[in-house]
Amino acid sequence: MLKILKYSFYDLIRSRWSYVYFAFYLLLGFVLLFLNNDVSKAVITLMNVIIILVPLMGTMFGIMYFYNSKEFTELLLAQPLKRTSIFIGQYLGVATSLSLSLILGLGIPFLVYGIFKSEAILDFSLLLVTGGFLTFIFTAISFYIGLSNENRIKGFGYAILFWLFMAVIYDGLFLISLILFEEYPLDTFSLIASMANPIDLSRILILLKLDISALMGYTGAVFQKFFGTSWGLIVSLGVLFLWVLIPVLLIRRKALKKDF
Amino acid sequence: MKTPIIYIILFLVSTWTSVANTIEVCATCKVKTVKEAIEIASENDTILIKKGTYKEYNIDINKPLTIIGENYPVIDGELKGEIIRITADNVTLDGLFIINVGTSYTEDFSAVRVVKSKNFVIKNLVLEKLFFGIYLEKSSYGKVFHNKIIGDAKEEFNSGNGIQLWYSHHIEVDKNIITHVRDGIYLEFADHCSITNNISTDNVRYGLHFMFSNDDIYENNDFQNNGAGVAVMFSKKIEMYNNIFQGNWGTASYGLLLKEINDSKIKGNLFKENTTGINIEGSNRVTYSFNTFEKNGWAIKSRGACYTNIFSENNFLYNTFDLSYNSKLNDNKFENNHWSDYSGYDLDKDGIGDVPHKPVKLFSYVANRTPEAIILLRSLFIDIIDFSEKVSPVFTPNNLEDISPKMKRIVYDRN
Repeated sequence: MLKILKYSFYDLIRSRWSYVYFAFYLLLGFVLLFLNNDVSKAVITLMNVIIILVPLMGTMFGIMYFYNSKEFTELLLAQPLKRTSIFIGQYLGVATSLSLSLILGLGIPFLVYGIFKSEAILDFSLLLVTGGFLTFIFTAISFYIGLSNENRIKGFGYAILFWLFMAVIYDGLFLISLILFEEYPLDTFSLIASMANPIDLSRILILLKLDISALMGYTGAVFQKFFGTSWGLIVSLGVLFLWVLIPVLLIRRKALKKDF
Repeated sequence: MKTPIIYIILFLVSTWTSVANTIEVCATCKVKTVKEAIEIASENDTILIKKGTYKEYNIDINKPLTIIGENYPVIDGELKGEIIRITADNVTLDGLFIINVGTSYTEDFSAVRVVKSKNFVIKNLVLEKLFFGIYLEKSSYGKVFHNKIIGDAKEEFNSGNGIQLWYSHHIEVDKNIITHVRDGIYLEFADHCSITNNISTDNVRYGLHFMFSNDDIYENNDFQNNGAGVAVMFSKKIEMYNNIFQGNWGTASYGLLLKEINDSKIKGNLFKENTTGINIEGSNRVTYSFNTFEKNGWAIKSRGACYTNIFSENNFLYNTFDLSYNSKLNDNKFENNHWSDYSGYDLDKDGIGDVPHKPVKLFSYVANRTPEAIILLRSLFIDIIDFSEKVSPVFTPNNLEDISPKMKRIVYDRN
């Protein structure tokens, strides 16, 4: 499995797209810091980018890589290799190289502008950690979608739809349900609902670390009480980890059962 | 013709002052305590308190005197009660260091209390470890100038206010520094007062608090990092000019709270980095002009029952929400403001945008209705619905718009 991981990783590292991805974040980081020299303000803007773009990129790269390397995968399957190690290895290769692009691409500009001297270092690391998690989650899901669909067009469609659902539609449904049930106490509901979506969870996790959390008033206080403690942080990172683990287990099950 | 008269007046004044005696108070003098000095002094005398520590409380100044401290003598109340009480007209207090005022839950002990007096001057005092600082009770025509009040209040229920005016009128409060008390300056039933050039910071509750006080003016004050900001309630004809409201950040904080305020003027103020810049409830006929709202959570939160207010030539810069409204009805006028959120254009280059600006975002409307929805702050979905609402308003008041938004930031000279 390690060998396949290494192979996929190097294959992607050499590919043009991961350079473009890396360069994009590098540029974004520098431009943001150049425009408002304030590290903690840049973290807020960056958050908006990360919670939308990172899942999208994870989804797109995952599904593209899966379909592109299909022939190679079939070749590997003919070899005396464990199926799980082939797919999990490939998945880990893609996800690791994407996270690396993200972390290096954003880390370098912030290092140059002195993140270590700034108080925003914790917020920034949380941003990178959630960014990494989101990459792993959405790549895993797109791999699973790729495995389940032989038809590329269908696979792409489902993957994009999944991203769209998590990034946009989910919040819409969330908002509608909040308005519909406004007469009921909604704190616990909104807490659970936001845990159930990794994008929302990441967003709230970062927002609560920033000053802006004071805008959230009473509801924010309820969330702060939960997420603000180390227990809350552990639980939410745990939930993010579950979001990685479940699709990976699904990939494993599918890979073992599937008839190639 | 004029000069001789001045000379005569000067002569009269000099003879008059020479009639008044000066009594010195110090550890080695004949008079060793302030109380003793007041007792032997006759009207219009000067009491000069030399440097030293005087452990006294319940000092009653019951005749017109000038009390001056030399090099800040310390008057230590030893937490036993009220320290100085002024009950006569024409009293001047100058240059004292007053500490350790007693705490009581039945009486408002204060460092200096002025009761039913006129024409007093309280200046250059330093007050520390206090319950209430300077308490003016049914007094008038006085001046509270250049004092420094440093409290150690932690909670609202067991702390007092820095400067309190109660049923007092025509008082000038100028150039004071007040920190760490409950309310920095508190006015209750105080009319025709002016509050100028004060710095009121880090107070547990309000930097400035107005209740039932009319025709007051406050100008060039600096209110920062107070528990809840500044509250102006149930008052009329208040003028607020060139003040700074900054850093009042917290879930229930605001720069300025207006409740039941009518016929007032708010001009040239800076509201920066507050959770809510101005929170308005039931205020009518108030004009807001040349104010700058910068980086607030909400620049203006209108809670309803606000009619015929005019907002003109204000700057709204980088606030999370510029305006929050909880009704569909609008009777307030917005004109010639500068909005950093404005996305229109100015083809004829006259400095005024060609497209009206709609300052209420749909999300701020939704968050008003369902407070839990605020949890979706900065979500992509919210940006999308905000945009679509902007293009074709459905929920927000249709006529709530600035028809002539300024393209450039409005520059206002505070002086």
